[in-house]
Amino acid sequence: MSQIKPDARQAIPATDSAVSVRNVSKVYGDVQALKDLTLDFPRGELTSLLGPSGCGKTTLLKIIAGLLPATSGEVLINGRAVTGPGPDRSFVFQDFALMPWATVLRNVAFGLELRGVAKSEREAVAEKYIAAVGLAGFEQKYPHQLSGGMRQRVGLARALSVKAEVLLLDEPFSAVDEQTRRKFQEDMLELVQNEKKTFIFVTHSIEEAVYVSDQIAILLPRPSRVSEIIRPASFRDKGVANIRRDPEYLDIVDRIWASLRNYVE
Amino acid sequence: MILFGYKLPALSSLILWALLWEVVGRLELTFFVPPFSEVVTTLIALIPTPAFLSALGITAAAFGAGVFFAIVIGIPVGILMGKSRVLDELLLPWVNIFLSAPLTALVPVLMVLFGFGTRTVIITTTLFAIWIIILNARAGVKQINRSLVEMARSFGASPLDAFFKVYFWAALPEILGGVRIGVIRAVKGVIIGQLLISIVGFGALFELYSSKFLMAEFWAVLIVLFGLAFALSEFLAYLERKVSYYASSRG
Repeated sequence: MSQIKPDARQAIPATDSAVSVRNVSKVYGDVQALKDLTLDFPRGELTSLLGPSGCGKTTLLKIIAGLLPATSGEVLINGRAVTGPGPDRSFVFQDFALMPWATVLRNVAFGLELRGVAKSEREAVAEKYIAAVGLAGFEQKYPHQLSGGMRQRVGLARALSVKAEVLLLDEPFSAVDEQTRRKFQEDMLELVQNEKKTFIFVTHSIEEAVYVSDQIAILLPRPSRVSEIIRPASFRDKGVANIRRDPEYLDIVDRIWASLRNYVE
Repeated sequence: MILFGYKLPALSSLILWALLWEVVGRLELTFFVPPFSEVVTTLIALIPTPAFLSALGITAAAFGAGVFFAIVIGIPVGILMGKSRVLDELLLPWVNIFLSAPLTALVPVLMVLFGFGTRTVIITTTLFAIWIIILNARAGVKQINRSLVEMARSFGASPLDAFFKVYFWAALPEILGGVRIGVIRAVKGVIIGQLLISIVGFGALFELYSSKFLMAEFWAVLIVLFGLAFALSEFLAYLERKVSYYASSRG
């Protein structure tokens, strides 16, 4: 069910952005949630949207997902304007959004089920991704039999199994405990390496953003805007165990905190 | 219940009440209350008679049809009301009025409209059951986790898929709760319908027994009806418990 306009826009400059947000504004009643926001998301990289609460980062993510219409401006996926949800993007929800009446297997295969993929085929794909997120053996369990961290792995497997090019993650690890969260962040790095997808990651944790991102967009509220784009350069290849004590990692965390601290109520 | 250290099986308190009934019956205080043992004997003798079986058959058919329409119409209407603001505004006042209205008063009107037969009984049954089913389905849909709705949309669910694969199941615990109460109300509906028309099913039997003062038969039929209604309600409560595990884990 593609809802993307078929008119291929050749006029778009040939940067290698999988997703481009162009002058997007969003107004709810008399609240300006986003104002004239422009941002590029490089292909195959993980970009974090980081900011204090109320800066519109989840709103922006939902506009990219096609779940919310922008008041003005447009979002381009590979140069084509978004008019609604589409098979080129998949979403990972903060509260997992699993169907409690369905097994892990059916939950993971649900995106494919909605696309009319045959049962045996979609279950084969789902089993592959269930194993990839480390839940092999849990295919026939129900969500309420899993821990929070395992539930989010199911949500992640579901988003991966539709083979969308762009993965949108809305504070995916905020509802899981700290240790599970760290493991997730390590797995996330591996996933970006292996999956060759474009990840857009909303978080309110500075450490998390710096740890997992190739590019960090700092969003500030009132009026909502992109205040800074940071690209960590040196520590990405030093191994998951070494990142948190890398001088550049620590510097960036400090720098972001310095610019965000004024906005914390 | 535990008595003197022994665990008694469920419903064993009924034995006590049956004994009390027996004593009152034996005292012959009133013709209205024959001894319980006599009622039971009559009950056992009564059940295989064609009059009873045909009344049971007619009632079960009318009840089944009434409940069927209440469920088949009520659940989709409730779900649509939960999803559509306009429909909700249009229908909610009527649903609330009919839920609390004394529907018994409507039965004579229905008799005029639909005749003195099974059709009126079925409609009465549906009218008794449908409103609470609608309201519960509506409440069930209204509490569906917003991200579950967004999940269905973001993975490209058609409206029909979203309805049958997500909304219905997400609202199922509330829907079943509504169906259980609706079915209990439908038992009242079918009996009240038959009593007022009084020439079909148990209505005819009650009319016959009470006009001829056959109290043992009267009580026997009543016990059968109470038993059936109770068993039905317990069965639905059992179904409800089977899905309640996910009512608490939604979110």
